Amino acid sequence: MKHVITAAALALAGAAWAEPDPSNWEAVVEEAEGETVFWHAWGGSTQTNDFIAWVGDRVMEDYGVTLEHVKLTDTADAVGRVVAENAAGIDAGGAVDMIWINGENFIALKDAELLFGPFAEQLPNWALVDVDGKPVTTDFTVPTDGFESPWAAAQVVFIYDSEALETPPKSAMEIAAWAANNPGRFTFPQPPDFLGTTFLKQMLFELVDDQDRLLADAGDDYASVTAPLWAWLEATTPNMWRGGRAYPQSGPRQLQLLNDGEIDIAVSLSPGEATAAIANDQLPLSARTFVLDGGTIGNASFVAIPYNANAKAGAMVVANFLLSPEAQLRAQTPDILGYGTVLDMDKLSEADRTAFDTLDLGIATLSPAELGTALPEPHASWMTRIERDWRERYGVAN
Amino acid sequence: MADGLELRDLAIAHRDGRPLVAVSTQVKPGQVVSLMGPSGVGKSTILAAITGVLSPSFTCTGDIVLNGRSLMGLAPQKRRVGILFQDHLLFPHMSVGQNVGFGLPRRTTDRKARVAAALAEIGLAGFADRDPATLSGGQRARVALMRMLLAEPETMLLDEPFSRLDAELRERMRELVFSRATAAGLPVLMVTHDQADADAAGGPVIALS
Amino acid sequence: MTGASVTALRTKDGWSVVPALTIAVLLGPIAAGLMGTLLPAFGGLRPGGGSAWSLEPWRQMAAEPGLGQGVWLSVKTGLLSTFAALLGCLLLVAGWQGTRVFRAMERMLSPLLSVPHAAAALGLAFLIAPSGWVTRLTSPWLTGWERPPDLLIVQDPGGWSLIAGLMAKELPFLLLMSLAALPQINVGERMLVATALGYGTVRGWMLTVLPALYAQLRLPIYAVLAYAMSNVDVALVLGPSTPPPLSVLILRWMTDPDLALRAPAAAAALLQLGLVVGAIGLWRLGELGAARMGRVMIETGARGAGWLDNMCRMVGVSIATLAALAIFGGLISQLVWSFAGRWRFPEALPSSFGLRSWDRHGEAALEVSLTTLGLAALAACIALLLVLGCLEAEHRRGRNLGRLGLLILYLPLILPQIAFLPGLQILLLQTGAARGLWPVLLSHIVFVTPYMFLALAGPFRAWDTRYATIGAAMGASADGVLWRLRLPMLLTPILTALAVGMAVSVGQYLPTLLASGGRLSTLTTEALALSSGGDRRAIGVWTLALTVAAWLPFAAALLLPQLVFRNRAGMLNG
Repeated sequence: MKHVITAAALALAGAAWAEPDPSNWEAVVEEAEGETVFWHAWGGSTQTNDFIAWVGDRVMEDYGVTLEHVKLTDTADAVGRVVAENAAGIDAGGAVDMIWINGENFIALKDAELLFGPFAEQLPNWALVDVDGKPVTTDFTVPTDGFESPWAAAQVVFIYDSEALETPPKSAMEIAAWAANNPGRFTFPQPPDFLGTTFLKQMLFELVDDQDRLLADAGDDYASVTAPLWAWLEATTPNMWRGGRAYPQSGPRQLQLLNDGEIDIAVSLSPGEATAAIANDQLPLSARTFVLDGGTIGNASFVAIPYNANAKAGAMVVANFLLSPEAQLRAQTPDILGYGTVLDMDKLSEADRTAFDTLDLGIATLSPAELGTALPEPHASWMTRIERDWRERYGVAN
Repeated sequence: MADGLELRDLAIAHRDGRPLVAVSTQVKPGQVVSLMGPSGVGKSTILAAITGVLSPSFTCTGDIVLNGRSLMGLAPQKRRVGILFQDHLLFPHMSVGQNVGFGLPRRTTDRKARVAAALAEIGLAGFADRDPATLSGGQRARVALMRMLLAEPETMLLDEPFSRLDAELRERMRELVFSRATAAGLPVLMVTHDQADADAAGGPVIALS
Repeated sequence: MTGASVTALRTKDGWSVVPALTIAVLLGPIAAGLMGTLLPAFGGLRPGGGSAWSLEPWRQMAAEPGLGQGVWLSVKTGLLSTFAALLGCLLLVAGWQGTRVFRAMERMLSPLLSVPHAAAALGLAFLIAPSGWVTRLTSPWLTGWERPPDLLIVQDPGGWSLIAGLMAKELPFLLLMSLAALPQINVGERMLVATALGYGTVRGWMLTVLPALYAQLRLPIYAVLAYAMSNVDVALVLGPSTPPPLSVLILRWMTDPDLALRAPAAAAALLQLGLVVGAIGLWRLGELGAARMGRVMIETGARGAGWLDNMCRMVGVSIATLAALAIFGGLISQLVWSFAGRWRFPEALPSSFGLRSWDRHGEAALEVSLTTLGLAALAACIALLLVLGCLEAEHRRGRNLGRLGLLILYLPLILPQIAFLPGLQILLLQTGAARGLWPVLLSHIVFVTPYMFLALAGPFRAWDTRYATIGAAMGASADGVLWRLRLPMLLTPILTALAVGMAVSVGQYLPTLLASGGRLSTLTTEALALSSGGDRRAIGVWTLALTVAAWLPFAAALLLPQLVFRNRAGMLNG
């Protein structure tokens, strides 16, 4: 019995050993036709789900690739799946073809050498990507090395209800002061939720003396560097929603609280989220966006292909399509997704550039100028330690 | 070999060896033998041994011989032993006619006619399509009897068959049951609490204790 | 009565294979899954390959901040919610059986049961949150609140909203199990005697009926206790997060990209298992204490009539009503949300209604509903064959399932899913059966079978075997008796068991997710994926679809016998 299984696995592996070569794009497209790509992506947002469904329609039309969205509650589920397959010796024909990924999940897979590639920089549409202006070649300061392909630019913004709050606080200190005067009206998604951790990093940037220190490994000076952050949290947490004894579990839950009037400010990583949410009746018409005066952290959303993916060619075709001006424009359309593009406007054709220029970003979206240049992500080691310390201090405080 | 039902040194014991009940008797065709005794003495267990559904928590020795055949080790459905219980136990999911016809061999061609005739015999002509739940107690008792007889058993076992009926009905049912048994020449073994049942049966009475 | 067993047939029937097969179907995945948990907990199956005996995972687990609180939450919420659900169920049955109120509750049972845990939790959360429906309906005219008050109700650190949610959801299950058991214990006669002796309804019931009923409820109660202590889906929505109960902590570790965390997760899963076993032991002690108290009460001869009786009845009906209100209220709120346009606090209703959410999700929901129901029907039918085979085999052997057999059967319900499913996933991967319909089906059968056995064993065993004697005496073989008498007469409980099985299958989350590699979407996986987001409208559409899918089989189980037996009064009332 066991021999049969091994033999079958070998046969399967043998068939898949002929890996598609991303530099031979024609061959990739040819191989992709008829493939089914299982894209494991967080399924908690209706807008994103709809967008992915649209991508599926389009790649079917143009390339004959079937796209199945595997809706995750947590990206780590897909990572765990790949890892489990690897542990079980399934080195080909795996269940996951593509993952919406970034940050620690990407680093975990890359370090374990469980990703296919490099492929990203060979994609035809890579030529259009804004390599210098957008954080597309590093992910939490770790070089992507072509093992993941960007598809949306993200930047920390804050959404507020302009009817409830006339002048939003635009720095860590202003937030602390405002929360003290308005107890119970501010919160952030509970770390280790990605957005919550990003907020802590944002506050760290605001509060440290030397921002550049954060771009390198956290070392022995971790305690002294982060001390201002903990002091800030110590002062602000009791003034937060529910006295800091409970937190929303995700970004969308936090938006729901804003719509319910329970809080006045919500954190977001998507500059267009407010406009999209207004269009979906998920936020009041008076919702607006702001950024901190000192600038905010930016990063990108990526897609990666596991080393044992079953439809690598198909996945590359989808990744390339995501970088097309058509898909990027649609993603940036505020009432569809409102995600920032990763493309360089100067590299686009005249018609495409005009389409982007004339896109109405919507009433609650900041212009690129207002957004300002994104701050880089701190080195991943900061995040890991802050996440753990926050949990010890506040995450189990009850 | 004599016709009829013979219990030869039939002894039933608990699995652990404690004896429960022992009986030895012969029931001739057309004869009714009554088994009497306090509850728990093992009367119904004897009937179970004869029908072949004795619980595995009991063991049984001796022999049960029906018209010369030993029933020991025979599957219940091969024994040709009819039984009536006090609750009549008509199958609630079948019509009256289906109940009566249950015991007819599968390939009976004139099933409908035979069921109709049987029902007519007990004064229930035209009841074939009725829901058994709509029958009176006496009607049910008669259907149960007819259902058993149509399966053409070679002996009839009665487990307190009349105790749920009121006095007047009880009398009439006894008469009907015993006369049918006599007419068919069936040996009858009856378990009862009621001395009047035994008196009406007229046969030997075995008192178990 | 004589226990009927067809001794002569014992040798040559195929039925005796079924119990062994069933045990293999249930135990195989569990044993494999437990191995997959046990080994990593003691240093085995390391991510990089290789293993070495070590207690490091336990040390790592013990060092986790908040572990103690998580453990305490698991024990507290489990015991309290189970006790409250049982109390409500017993007081309701004791005080109200045979009344119009009780019949009304009975009718609500199937729809209540069929609401999946996650859906009920989400609904309840919206009802009781400070910006929820209850405050919206009373604000600002009554409360004066223009904005939601900053009150910690949902996800409170004490776990009280979690306890309330679990209680509301488990009460109907216990009630169903009671209803299945009651016909076997001559309640009418027992109560006639008790009330004739002057006992109040509730006390008379507690002293005469409860001991017999409880014996039948024991294992279902343990299953409820185990679920309440170790569930993830309700705890994620209603349970506290600072820190969370142990089960949520395990899930977090299990799904963390850092593979090193699998080992402490496995250790914690074993700890969770130990907690469940310990809590069941504790509960057992409580049972013995309660039994002793009962005997004392019998000896004092107090009748408990009058105000105490009335109070008990009121408590019973209040708990049950609150539970029903919580679940139905939540469900109605989902319905409203699924049609809602803009809806802000403190508006009692959305300021506009529309079909947009249904337009968006309706088609997909229908498609997934069909998959879900098809899978559920298949799982329930296969499980039915196993259950019927086991029951018939034990009937023919004349011997009920032993203690061990019963324990094996309940194992999938009593073992926390989180303790063995991830280990099972590794097994499925290694046999190459890692995806597609079959592994999902198998994993569903593991959980569906025990519930169906629970639902069917009572009625099957309670069937009067004198019918079998009569049938056999008329020449019907053992198989003939089964097909012509027993199964048709048990049609209603069989259909109910199928409905229970389908509802269980529809509600499975972790098994579906892990066994299919995420490639098979069911309504539950979709609804839970959405719940991590928070789009109440989408959640509304999907949870309604989910509820309807679970509800349909129950409706069929109610209607079919009415049709088939429309002319057989004995089958409908009996």
